[in-house]
Amino acid sequence: MKRLSMKRALYFIPLAVFLVMVIYFAFGLTRDARVIPSVLINQPVPALALAPIKGSPAGFSTADLKNQVTLVNIFGSWCVACKVEHPFLMELRKSNVVPIYGINWREANRDDGPAWLKRFGDPYTRIGDDPKSMAAIAFGVTGAPETFVVDHQGIIRYKHTGPLTYKIWNEIIGPIVEQLRRDQEKAKGAS
Amino acid sequence: MIAEAGHFALTLALFVAVVQSSVPLIGAERRDSLWMSVAQPAAILQFLLITFAFACLTIAFVTSDFSLTTVVRNSHTAKPLIYKISGVWGNHEGSMLLWVLILSLFGALVAMFGNNLPPGLRARALAVQAMVAVGFYLFMLLTSNPFERIIPPPANGQDLNPLLQDFGLAVHPPMLYLGYVGFSMAFSFAIAALIEGRVDAAWARWVRPWTLLAWCFLTGGIALGSWWAYYELGWGGFWFWDPVENASFMPWLAGTALLHSSIVVEKRDALKGWTVFLAIVTFSLSLLGTFLVRSGVLTSVHAFATDPSRGVFILALLVIVTGGSLILFAWRGPGLKSDVLFQPISREGGLLFNNLVMTTAAATVLLGTLYPLMLEAMGGGKVSVGAPFFNATFVPLMLPMLVAMAAGPMLTWKRSDLKPVLNRLWFAFFAAALMAIVAWWLQGGAVYGLIGAAIAAWLFAGTMVQLAERIHLFRVPWRESLRRLGRMPRAAWGMTIAHAGLAITIAGVTGAGVWKIESIQTLSPGQSATVAGYEYVFQGVKKVDGPNYRADRATFQVKKDGKDIVTLSPEKRLYVVQNQPTTEAAIYPTLWGDLYAVIGDPEGTNGAYVTRLYFNPLVLWMWIGVMLMVLGGAFSLSDRRYRVGAPTRTSRPVEGAAAAQ
Repeated sequence: MKRLSMKRALYFIPLAVFLVMVIYFAFGLTRDARVIPSVLINQPVPALALAPIKGSPAGFSTADLKNQVTLVNIFGSWCVACKVEHPFLMELRKSNVVPIYGINWREANRDDGPAWLKRFGDPYTRIGDDPKSMAAIAFGVTGAPETFVVDHQGIIRYKHTGPLTYKIWNEIIGPIVEQLRRDQEKAKGAS
Repeated sequence: MIAEAGHFALTLALFVAVVQSSVPLIGAERRDSLWMSVAQPAAILQFLLITFAFACLTIAFVTSDFSLTTVVRNSHTAKPLIYKISGVWGNHEGSMLLWVLILSLFGALVAMFGNNLPPGLRARALAVQAMVAVGFYLFMLLTSNPFERIIPPPANGQDLNPLLQDFGLAVHPPMLYLGYVGFSMAFSFAIAALIEGRVDAAWARWVRPWTLLAWCFLTGGIALGSWWAYYELGWGGFWFWDPVENASFMPWLAGTALLHSSIVVEKRDALKGWTVFLAIVTFSLSLLGTFLVRSGVLTSVHAFATDPSRGVFILALLVIVTGGSLILFAWRGPGLKSDVLFQPISREGGLLFNNLVMTTAAATVLLGTLYPLMLEAMGGGKVSVGAPFFNATFVPLMLPMLVAMAAGPMLTWKRSDLKPVLNRLWFAFFAAALMAIVAWWLQGGAVYGLIGAAIAAWLFAGTMVQLAERIHLFRVPWRESLRRLGRMPRAAWGMTIAHAGLAITIAGVTGAGVWKIESIQTLSPGQSATVAGYEYVFQGVKKVDGPNYRADRATFQVKKDGKDIVTLSPEKRLYVVQNQPTTEAAIYPTLWGDLYAVIGDPEGTNGAYVTRLYFNPLVLWMWIGVMLMVLGGAFSLSDRRYRVGAPTRTSRPVEGAAAAQ
């Protein structure tokens, strides 16, 4: 008798597994796609070699991000929010606080990115072209603009989704950049 | 007016389906033949109504009726006629209409050709089929009505996603859906059997042809999708373990298991509960495929249609269909007893092994596909599980099954001996070793390459040995062998062809996956690059105009040993309406590999371009192998015992190894 009920229980396993899956699906439907992923944090920048955008001499590769604290900013001329944060990036450039490496993401036309920069100004130290979303996928970009803070060893330390503002810079990103600079100095002193 | 008529037909079909899902079921319970007989005309009427609705939508697309939202979003007057027609199902609403069209088609087929089915089983199966249909009709009418009007109508449409304006993709979805939805028939029969509490050989003989039919279409559909990715996306790859691809691959794995387990039900009256379970799982995975693609639950490289609000509805549908049938299974399943003892070394043992591997593989793919979602649910952040995971788990998992596959068909039912079978396989063993050595000599020691070559040779030679055994080749005069070959049942032919096809596919996948040669360079007109012994002379880029796109067309003169082989003209197109670029690879297939050229962006001003040239070995084998698998399925489907229909329930004597699969 006992064995029989064991066997009956066996037939409930698929149902149980399915119910667990449903819970995950229900979660999947309700989640907020804008939440920042934490997996890339404290991971090295994905290995990339990006071609230059049209009319610019050089793109950049992962190696270029080493030995300095940098921001990597994903932008596109089609992206309205990028337009919003653009004046602030120009400010950063003018004050020479931190080099900004741009990834020009998914331009429909190769002239669009350069034209946009020509019109509004170019805040970037170097720009890599990413028409096929190779870099965007590697960085796990969910939408433009996104900004990554990368330390001197080429490790991603922070990610910000959405436009950069004074407030975010003063409260979050600025202090992080400062701290990473100090870490770099320390590492230099030690070696 | 035409659109309203289509909308009305769709609504009417919903009511017919409601009747069909309830009245015959009650009739079957009360053994009332009048109530049961409602099912057949209802199923045929449903099919006629949906066909009418589908025709209405097709007319709207062909005549560019821009007062319909769907047409505006997915069509354009300048689009070629074939893509106006394929545009009907190249979008969410239309593809759902295609789904229910096929669903009702299968129902109508059972209604028309199921005269020798037991009336109770037929009534219940058609009722279950109608229940699924009710869910989808409601889904369409409530969340994605293809006949929605737009006011005021715009002057022209937004065009179909240019990636989808392609012949492969015009036929890919219907094929895939014929496969997905075809499994609904096996599902309906399984649920009907659970309600009746009886599964027997006659039941299996009814389920198997539907499963075979669905399997053939799904195999073809997946191959078409893969082919499309290969030539249209321009990455030189053919399978990316993308969630959308996995969504179609999981039902295939489960369906393949179902195909084999139903043989055991038919021949040995065993594995009944398991087979019913597989039928439920296979169709559930088909639904899950729809859910994953349509809802945006998982982000995918080619998620063309995503909408969370629809996702909620499909999830509810999935819960009712799968959850409901699993409850039924937990309740009635233990009653499907089979008192047959299993010997591990026997034909049914081999088929069970196939089932275990196939379901484990399906579970692995499911896990890999859902893992990012699960991890995120637990607060682990967003990740994507890619090819490395699947290559590391799926490939080793399949190896033991492929090894066993050469021996399995030679085992006898009930109790068999492995030794004589292995003795006969010396030839296959020799072939495998030889191919591994040849591969090592030609391509070097990439482990996966050597294993792939050896396994392909082993399976192919093993299948041929099995064929030779069956016709007693070399043991009786060849005339007698030939006579035996001529009298071999179609199903046996089907098995031999399909297994050989898989062997050839594996060779192709190994070649294209492991031995691919890729070369990226900037070429000015007149310059050349050499890939795999072929010299590609770049002759520059010309601008050409298509009906709804502008293109840069490059020309490569390909030479080998100074002789002209072919002229390749890859294109970069810009579809004007959506301002979207696409890559058109130029491919020259040869028996030993495809020459594959793609053009990138211009460099500088002297006409130089970034070019990507590939040599993809044995790709043709992959397509030929898959075609053979489908052909094998078709052969099996045409076997006499299915045409005769459900035979009498007297148990047939088992005809030993010569009995067909």
